[in-house]
Amino acid sequence: MTKNLVHIGCGAGFAGDRKDAGGPVVDTLATRDGPKYLIFETLAERTLALAQKQKQRDPERGYSPFLEAYVRPVLERCLANNIRIVSNFGAANPAGGARRILEIAKEIGCRHPRIAVVSGDDLLSVMDEKEIRSHKTIEGLPIGDGIVAANTYIGARPIAEALAGGADIVVVGRTTDPALVLGPLIHEFGWTEEDWDALAAGTLAGHLLECGAQVTGAYFADPGFKDVPDLAHVGFPIATISREGAIRVGKADNTGGCVTPATVKEQILYEMHDPSAYLTADVVLDISGVSVEQASENVVAVSGARGKARPDTLKTTISFDGGWLGEAEISYAGPNALARAELAREVLSERARERGSNAEYRFDIIGTSSTFDGGSAPYPGAGTAAADGDYRVRAAVSCHSREVAEDLADEVLSLYCSGPAGGGGFRRNITAQIHTASILVDRNRLSPSVQFIGAGA
Amino acid sequence: MTVVLDTLRLRLHDIAHGRSGDKGNRSNISVIPYTEAAYSLLLDQVTEERVLALFAHKGASAVTRYELPNLPALNFVIDDALEGGVNSTLNLDLHGKTLSFMLLDLPVEVPLDRVQELTRGRRQG
Repeated sequence: MTKNLVHIGCGAGFAGDRKDAGGPVVDTLATRDGPKYLIFETLAERTLALAQKQKQRDPERGYSPFLEAYVRPVLERCLANNIRIVSNFGAANPAGGARRILEIAKEIGCRHPRIAVVSGDDLLSVMDEKEIRSHKTIEGLPIGDGIVAANTYIGARPIAEALAGGADIVVVGRTTDPALVLGPLIHEFGWTEEDWDALAAGTLAGHLLECGAQVTGAYFADPGFKDVPDLAHVGFPIATISREGAIRVGKADNTGGCVTPATVKEQILYEMHDPSAYLTADVVLDISGVSVEQASENVVAVSGARGKARPDTLKTTISFDGGWLGEAEISYAGPNALARAELAREVLSERARERGSNAEYRFDIIGTSSTFDGGSAPYPGAGTAAADGDYRVRAAVSCHSREVAEDLADEVLSLYCSGPAGGGGFRRNITAQIHTASILVDRNRLSPSVQFIGAGA
Repeated sequence: MTVVLDTLRLRLHDIAHGRSGDKGNRSNISVIPYTEAAYSLLLDQVTEERVLALFAHKGASAVTRYELPNLPALNFVIDDALEGGVNSTLNLDLHGKTLSFMLLDLPVEVPLDRVQELTRGRRQG
């Protein structure tokens, strides 16, 4: 057994990912020697704002609604095989999430885990709204009224600290996604705050794992061009990282999917802007010299990550009230369907104009080129749509009042009796919107801390 | 006049693959050739100017192309490509997830004698 290799698997790449993905990852990790970890990444920018709202209604909630679905099936096996769990499913309430996991352990009747709660990402607890608003927005909209949440990406160090304290499970709120992987590596290898190249390799490993099966053939398949075996049972990734920062990406045993240079390249560049400067709380990652190589079947070696000194500021996402989104759809099919769909769109657009609302509207015909179209100009590269077919008219509005959103949906509904011939399959969706803005704050303003509950606490 | 047909018009999708991601109102789209030999053709033909023109109807304001010869791959960062981004777009696809395939719809001219070579990597997964 060697402590020069650490094995880290991923059981979820976003809130809403497969609930049964973690099982095969845990079964595979159980066969490996050395330190073993399972991460779940469940926290999109808006997820945290929703969680804050939930916590305001019930102080014990506000952790990820998926926490139980991910943890319960694997908890006993993880504890029995020394597989430590690290996740941001704490969302707005890591302490509440940790208490729920302890309850689950009691319900299952397994060993009671030692659980670390990482807190200190809530900027609102250390900075007032006026000061928050004095920061320049670097991404997203200017900060609007009604701030719901302001959470800072606090990085990997508190996770490493939690593991050094003997945690079986680390529950975090907002941190950078790669920190879920980098934290365990810092703990196992003792990488210092200035081991930039090692921190960069750990961050790259985290970037490869954080989206779950996006590196193992999912979100990749393109039949006839990029074929992926048994996508229905795609295996989630397991990376093995060495003390020197060598990365090997594989996947859970006895699963579908594939790990090839092509699947890994797509994930390396996913949500990457300047490849020489991927900013995180712990290091600036430079992937411009990275290369990939098939090491064995479904295992790809990744090397060449370089690191530069971390920034003095931390990214913070501010979430605020964003009004309403109203959407509604209706279908037209068969002979002359396109002309009937176009007429329906004209009717909707004319009636919206006559209402004189200053809200922003959009009308699409799904089945032509709706997602490629611009808000006010169609996609020039779209071919001629067939006159006969199966088209769906979609109306959408962004507005301050729920009534305007409902009115638009009612207009689409009215096409049942007052629109072109043969409209069917009406659906509506009215959503309260949360908008986000990102700012950079002085990292010294945040003081993340770790508490323990459960065994030995 | 004699016309010599020495290239074949294919789509980028025939010789490369990619994935899009979003941050605010900015989209990034990777373009990864199936064969290393196609990389130089991508460098010549998939230019910042062409990509900006492709996204003009969405209101794109600037395109930066990053070159990664080691992979090899290109990474395009397209400013103001997402009609406001996930915050405020009315596009059905809030994140612009489908847009990698809009870029892969771009025509490319491939020398006739290299068509087989440059499309060879497909189906390898």
